[in-house]
Amino acid sequence: MSPDAPLVEPDVAGRVLARALSKGGDFAELFCEERRGFTLSIDESRVERPQSGSERGAGVRVIDGEVTRFAHVDGLVEDDILRAADGLAAALRGDAAEPVALRAAHPPRLQEIEVDPAAVPAERKAEILRELDERARSAGPEVAQASASYSEGRRRVAVFNSEGLQATDDRTRVRLGAQVVARRDGTVETGFETLGAHRGFELLDGDPARVADQAARKALELLGADPAPAGEMIVVVGGGFGGVLFHEMTGHGLEADAVQKGASVYAGKMGEKIAEPLLTAYDDGRMPGEWGTGAIDDEGTPCHRTAVIEEGRLTSYLYDRLRARRDGVESTGNGRRASFRDLPIPRMTNTYIQPGDADSERMISEVERGFYAVSFGGGQVEPATGDFVFGVSEGYLIEGGKVTKPCRGATLIGNCLKALARIDAVGSDFEMKTGFCGKAGQTAPVGTGQGHVRIRGITVGGTSV
Amino acid sequence: MSEATTPADLEDAARRAVDAATAAGASDAEAWGEGSRSREVRVHAGEVESLTEASGRGVGVRAWIGSRTGYAYGTDLSEPGLAELAAAAVGAARVADEDENSAAPDRSGEAVAEIAGLRDDGVAATATAEVIDLAKRIEQVAFDSDTRITGVEEVVYVDEDSDAAIVTSRGVSGSFGASAAYSFLQAMASQGSEVQTGLGFGVGRSPRALDSEQIGAEAGEEASSMLGATKPESRSCPVVLSERVTASFAGFIGGALCADEVQRGRSPFADRLGDELASAAYVLVDDGIDPGGLASAPFDGEGTARGRTPLLGDGKLLAYLHDSYTARRGGARSTGNAARASYRSPPSVSTSNLLIEPGELSLEQLLGEAGEGVYVTEVAGLHSGVNPVTGRYSVGASGRAIRGGELAKPLREFTIAGDLLGTLAAVQAVGSESRWVPFGGSVRTAPMLVGEMTIGGS
Repeated sequence: MSPDAPLVEPDVAGRVLARALSKGGDFAELFCEERRGFTLSIDESRVERPQSGSERGAGVRVIDGEVTRFAHVDGLVEDDILRAADGLAAALRGDAAEPVALRAAHPPRLQEIEVDPAAVPAERKAEILRELDERARSAGPEVAQASASYSEGRRRVAVFNSEGLQATDDRTRVRLGAQVVARRDGTVETGFETLGAHRGFELLDGDPARVADQAARKALELLGADPAPAGEMIVVVGGGFGGVLFHEMTGHGLEADAVQKGASVYAGKMGEKIAEPLLTAYDDGRMPGEWGTGAIDDEGTPCHRTAVIEEGRLTSYLYDRLRARRDGVESTGNGRRASFRDLPIPRMTNTYIQPGDADSERMISEVERGFYAVSFGGGQVEPATGDFVFGVSEGYLIEGGKVTKPCRGATLIGNCLKALARIDAVGSDFEMKTGFCGKAGQTAPVGTGQGHVRIRGITVGGTSV
Repeated sequence: MSEATTPADLEDAARRAVDAATAAGASDAEAWGEGSRSREVRVHAGEVESLTEASGRGVGVRAWIGSRTGYAYGTDLSEPGLAELAAAAVGAARVADEDENSAAPDRSGEAVAEIAGLRDDGVAATATAEVIDLAKRIEQVAFDSDTRITGVEEVVYVDEDSDAAIVTSRGVSGSFGASAAYSFLQAMASQGSEVQTGLGFGVGRSPRALDSEQIGAEAGEEASSMLGATKPESRSCPVVLSERVTASFAGFIGGALCADEVQRGRSPFADRLGDELASAAYVLVDDGIDPGGLASAPFDGEGTARGRTPLLGDGKLLAYLHDSYTARRGGARSTGNAARASYRSPPSVSTSNLLIEPGELSLEQLLGEAGEGVYVTEVAGLHSGVNPVTGRYSVGASGRAIRGGELAKPLREFTIAGDLLGTLAAVQAVGSESRWVPFGGSVRTAPMLVGEMTIGGS
């Protein structure tokens, strides 16, 4: 299949939808996908693990009342997809429902790529990795190991449904990651940094090897670290990937599937004040070039910018079609799926706290004793209870209003609603970072962002009691 | 289905892929084919929420040009599809640097033996209506376990029948089939505005192996037992870890014993072979042929016979886990631990099933030995909280206080922290009640008592 040919012709999609509804059902959808990717690594200064992949497949779903029936097949062969549709229909006993004729696809606001990564010779990608490797190793004699990886992916999707919708998207993403291991006497530390975007190879113009400098700096800095303190303290969270805190603490609890099952601490709180008025936050799938960006979600709904918290008040949940229908609202364009093998579920795209007016240095200078969590390795939340935990990858003590010693092995732990209400300063600085979010066995690229944010009290878990 | 999913068809597709790769210029090639049929049922509030039926198949090709290697995968098993895939693998190999230890694996070492019981016909023989009833029953049991159970987020049931085949240009070939079934749920208990959750799960080769009463009750009882939980004070104390927690820890220990990380100096176990570094109570084996373990198979992801590798015993580090690459590099023999997540990834060293040898003491006796401490039932934030290179960890936890050797009030919102080697040395006893846990890979483990751990609370 040529890289730009339609994944399936509309008449094929029309036949699939008609067959899927041949024994009744309220709604049918065909989701087609083609994914091509290339990854490459460098480790021990050796370029290795070149991997190239391509796959195509289709998922068909029929919604009948509250029951969703779903089937997926590898490949885009019409007979296979029709068989999947017939299998879904076979479970129903009603009269055929007639799909609405497919409307001409809206020309979507497609991504503009300057340089198609697939057209860049693999040798150039290897060369960039060698640059990263050299830069990491030249950061100091204590750098013991360096590794880096490059990945590119192009994901083309086409969605057709029985309400006549027809939509496509074409998403290219490029990402670079560097890991450094530093060693001093018996102490070992690691540093990790990434650069990624919903963009073409032009992302790596300029000086991509700065990613390696940053990873090395983190690892070397930590060599002098003390064990992190344990106990409750004021925490200043760094910009950029610090936004993962909001992603976990609030974003997941706003996804409508959890809300509708009463499995979110934000259920029943619409319109209520849940944070100080200085806090406004968005989920925005349209931010140009960001990691979680797309033209449409994986149900064909155009990506939106949704204000989820405005001046401290909860203003919106995040919806896919199914959950929006249940609440009698419109989808917010958050119906995402990891692949054609998965059902869409409400997922964040790019989630961020709008910059405030606080100066980040001042924010720290006001803290007598606290913890400065610059970046995280990741986090996890249980939306039903609101309990969360974050692993701090770079953290420092704040003593007498100054950032002092680096700390190793810190974890932040707390409860969403309490911690959110305790945010008492939002910085005017702002940065977006890339992440991979896991939910219900599905992984999605998401953007997280914020400036510096201060939380009045949160538990730091470390080894120093 | 029109797709190739019988073992013979997969082996044929793999053979054609190998031929295509050598025709495209590979000096050696290996192809791995997979086919599967699966279904998933999600139940909520007594009703089916979603029902998924799926089939899948694909092939991954590893190609060598001398000592350079590349990988490609695809889902198109037609002649042109396989040719494109083979060319992509050969093209990828051209980018790699030479690596003297990289070569197509020969079939050497143990002969590959059939393992009885990897496939249970219960998956194919159980109607979807029956597994829906099983999932509904699990939810009902959770509700019935305590009046304070107010919801179940969803009960998920999944089963799968799959086949895999391998062919290499060095004469290795083979195929096998396996089945798996599992179910899990999260129950919610409420009291006033407080909500607590509890997890229940079961795994086996067929839906017949899943005990709905046990799975549902586990989730319901855990959720209700957590109501009224408070944050403990920060301190160091004896800790009993539930089998779920010991499974997660075993997963990290197993990962750090994989020879690729060890050889690259990224493991706390590097250069420690033969050293006494664990408690003698902690006996760990990687077992790739136990029919009860879902990772079991006659051969690994590159055709080497799977086997049984003692890792920790008598307190000593006994072995690392190898695939053919790390074996060649380390002057060792492959332990048959080349794993594939699917045809979409090349083989790499990984644990198969980890077995922690059960001890003598029941959970009650372990709690009695602990005296005053904490029983940790659940940990969270493992992927960011455990550093596999340094071995240090700090993760979120919840559980129960241990007072006078018995379970007391529920505890939440605290952390446990330490380092893996220190924790291994501090294990005082492993319990007698072991079960298969699907966390940290596939692990058969029991609760255990650790003499001292750091609790971070208020």
